[in-house]
Amino acid sequence: MWYWFHRFASPAYFYRFAGKAIPWLATLTGLLLLAGLYGGLVLAPADYQQGDSYRIIFIHVPSAWMSLFIYVVMATAGGIGLIWHIKLAEVIAACSAPIGASFTFIALATGSLWGKPMWGTWWVWDARLTSELILLFLYFGVIALQSAGEDKRTASRASAILALVGVINIPIIHFSVEWWNTLHQGATVSKMGAPSIHTSMLVPLLIMALACKFYYATSLLMRARVELLEREHNSNWIREALKNHE
Amino acid sequence: MRTFGIPRAFIAVLTRDLLLALRRRSEVVNPLLFFVIVVTLFPLAVSPSQAILQTLAPGIIWVAALLSTLLSLERMFRSDFEDGSLEQLLLSPCPPTVLVLAKVLAHWLVSGLPLLLIAPLLGVFLALPVTAMATLLFTLALGTPVLSLVGAIGVALTVGLRRGGALLSLLVLPLYLPVLIFSANAVAAAADGLPVTGQLYFLGGLLLLSCSLAPLAAAAALKISIH
Repeated sequence: MWYWFHRFASPAYFYRFAGKAIPWLATLTGLLLLAGLYGGLVLAPADYQQGDSYRIIFIHVPSAWMSLFIYVVMATAGGIGLIWHIKLAEVIAACSAPIGASFTFIALATGSLWGKPMWGTWWVWDARLTSELILLFLYFGVIALQSAGEDKRTASRASAILALVGVINIPIIHFSVEWWNTLHQGATVSKMGAPSIHTSMLVPLLIMALACKFYYATSLLMRARVELLEREHNSNWIREALKNHE
Repeated sequence: MRTFGIPRAFIAVLTRDLLLALRRRSEVVNPLLFFVIVVTLFPLAVSPSQAILQTLAPGIIWVAALLSTLLSLERMFRSDFEDGSLEQLLLSPCPPTVLVLAKVLAHWLVSGLPLLLIAPLLGVFLALPVTAMATLLFTLALGTPVLSLVGAIGVALTVGLRRGGALLSLLVLPLYLPVLIFSANAVAAAADGLPVTGQLYFLGGLLLLSCSLAPLAAAAALKISIH
């Protein structure tokens, strides 16, 4: 396993592998997106209380999940980069930050659009919304620190520490619903036993969540390839890869 | 290193930093004056009405404390980084976490403790009920060390950058929010005559957590900044 791990973590191998994987992942993302959106916007019935406006959850909930998931991936990759000095992990952490920030922004924006007809206001200072906003700030901090240093590797390592410190925020976000229990509704999907969401809505939601995961993978690999080209621009394998038009 | 090495190193760094602060008194006094002036701005900007000020008081005092801490944070490592003494400190056989802890303690004694002493006066300015004064002091006593500790991570990360100031506030302020929420909430609750032990326990927990983890993160960040 370690052999495989080391081979995969070498930039040259990863670059070639990512180039081959991207078309497949992109196709899968497209198919899942189509299926999820069709299931969510056409097949799923309207909610008996909220009408059609609840359908925004098919974007909102997966984005909120992704905003947390990507932060954890970023912090883990940053930690791996710090401990074992693996260049690829630093690249993964650096490339995850902008994607995570955009998912966080989408979650906030769609939540606000949904809040206007449902709660009667664009924004409430509810615990969950606030922590999501803080998460966005944390992402901004990581991105800012990454772009501040002249040396990319030093900047990566510094922002990895910041990401790890910010991880303390993730459990606060997750448990804030139980802690402060305010306007935002509690979790409906992960409730043990019977989820309080109907299957016809749950299935498209999960498909959308999967589509977002694959979108992240695709976009991460694309960004990582560019970042590797930039960071390793005077190494031999890049010259060879460019010669072979990979 | 002998057995007494680590405590001695701690005390040496602490006294050195305190002495430096004593020699540069204006750097110490300015954040404190800033604290007072920011608080004074609010009655002028919002309203001099006692009822309004009373509800705003906990938040105003705590936000001002946050900003004034932010102002004084850079002093913790910046000048030592510029004259190279930080590098020498890190080269010493003493574990860097101990040095960081000593510097944080010095920073708190110079910038956190004065806030604590002057805060009751500002509470009177803002018509904070006398019953909430003790809670205000408790929250400041538990909260400002957390601000110094967490701030040390931010300064350690940005000390190698030429223009770290604005970046520092972007990095540190989101991490300050739990302290702000629980402290201001405790003071407001005390003003309403409600029990505040829960919030104080939480602040104590944050203090212990940051006391044990922040020096590690700050020491690692310093090593990266100096590299």
